[in-house]
Amino acid sequence: MIAIVDYGVGNLFSLASSFKAIGVDAIATSDRDIIEKADKIVLPGVGAFGDAAEKLASSGLKEVVLSEVKKGKPLLGICLGMQLLFDKSYEYGEHEGLGLIKGEIRPIKEVIPSDYKIPHIGWNALKFNKTSKLFKYINEGDHVYFVHSFYGAECEQSVIATAEYGAFLTAAVEDKNVFGCQFHPEKSGSVGLNILRAFCEVEA
Amino acid sequence: MITKRIIPCLDVKNGRVVKGVNFQGLSDVSSPIELGKYYSDNGADELVFYDITASAEGRGLFTDILREVASTIFIPLTVGGGINTLDDFDRVLKCGADKVSVNSGAIKNPNLIYEAAKRYGDQCVVLSVDAKRVDGKFTVFSKGGRENTGMDAIEWIKRGVDNGAGEIVLNSIDTDGVKGGFDLEMLDAVCKVVSVPVVASGGAGNIKHFIDLFNALPKVDAGLAASIFHFGEVKINQLKDELYKNGIPVRR
Repeated sequence: MIAIVDYGVGNLFSLASSFKAIGVDAIATSDRDIIEKADKIVLPGVGAFGDAAEKLASSGLKEVVLSEVKKGKPLLGICLGMQLLFDKSYEYGEHEGLGLIKGEIRPIKEVIPSDYKIPHIGWNALKFNKTSKLFKYINEGDHVYFVHSFYGAECEQSVIATAEYGAFLTAAVEDKNVFGCQFHPEKSGSVGLNILRAFCEVEA
Repeated sequence: MITKRIIPCLDVKNGRVVKGVNFQGLSDVSSPIELGKYYSDNGADELVFYDITASAEGRGLFTDILREVASTIFIPLTVGGGINTLDDFDRVLKCGADKVSVNSGAIKNPNLIYEAAKRYGDQCVVLSVDAKRVDGKFTVFSKGGRENTGMDAIEWIKRGVDNGAGEIVLNSIDTDGVKGGFDLEMLDAVCKVVSVPVVASGGAGNIKHFIDLFNALPKVDAGLAASIFHFGEVKINQLKDELYKNGIPVRR
């Protein structure tokens, strides 16, 4: 069973439906017992980093996620959920993240040409930097759906894929049992479902 | 590189897709669920569901259907029609919509864009504009293009983006239904003043019109159409193959 951490940020409907579509039992939950019993954890998120980090901490779910990951349970962060895995973020101030991926979240405007539109929104192709269990069922060049204005920086050792948008922006990260996607697999058609399927097959 | 998006638009009334649809292999051609799945499986990058129901009962039916569409289709969904308040945003977002398109509701209450962008983020708020030339000026029409608001379209769009609209859908009433191509002049005027994505709507009759659109106006991000897709006059997969051959980046 997959626990989708519900800490009051964003709509988990599409994500829950995606797992259902690939025949995997998944529950959106804020119950620590369920998260502890789950085989894997998904950390979703939309909105602003500071607000989300605060909600995750005050709900008490931050420590649950951290302790489960420490035990080796696979974790997948999606969109803002991926950004939360990092050490810190510079989105409207400076905020501390979960520290599971070495690096920081910075505005994409610092690295892309000024005539590029922000947010980076739409379908973009994945360029693989490393082989990953997450990419078992997809190919380099497959398109996935992005919506973001900030990106993962200073995280070279964890980057497994990038997307070109005037610069190579971090698209996915991996460090041991911790995975993250900047894009939305639940909105990326069959490619996205295949990424979720591969995550579900990661051995704890 | 971000690809150009191809977006079919489905008008839904009382839970059924209106405007004739002509596909082989669909058991129920006016089912939003079957049609949504058909488009999703055949290359659409995004779907727009437009609720043209007037009754409260029809609106409830629409949200039920939206929930079902959103649970079977894993590409972005935009919902429009009858969006007048933040509660309307809430209602459709909870059913799985990713973006919400406002038109007459924003004309009645220009604060709606600002309030919605503040609560849900700019990327969630789409400003849809029906515009037509009146005395040589691009003018905004409301209520499905029936009522002249007297507002300058370029000014209105600029103001919408300043208030937080994260995307513009520009529907040219002058070219809509004519199938003579998109309104490149009007689209160019809009692209010059905004930095958010612009979706072209109104006038597509064949594949060449899409190629012309993206070649002439590299700043246009997407092409939207309804009946030419519904009647199979343009097949999305085929359209994308042709765009690709012409050097236009698409997801295939």
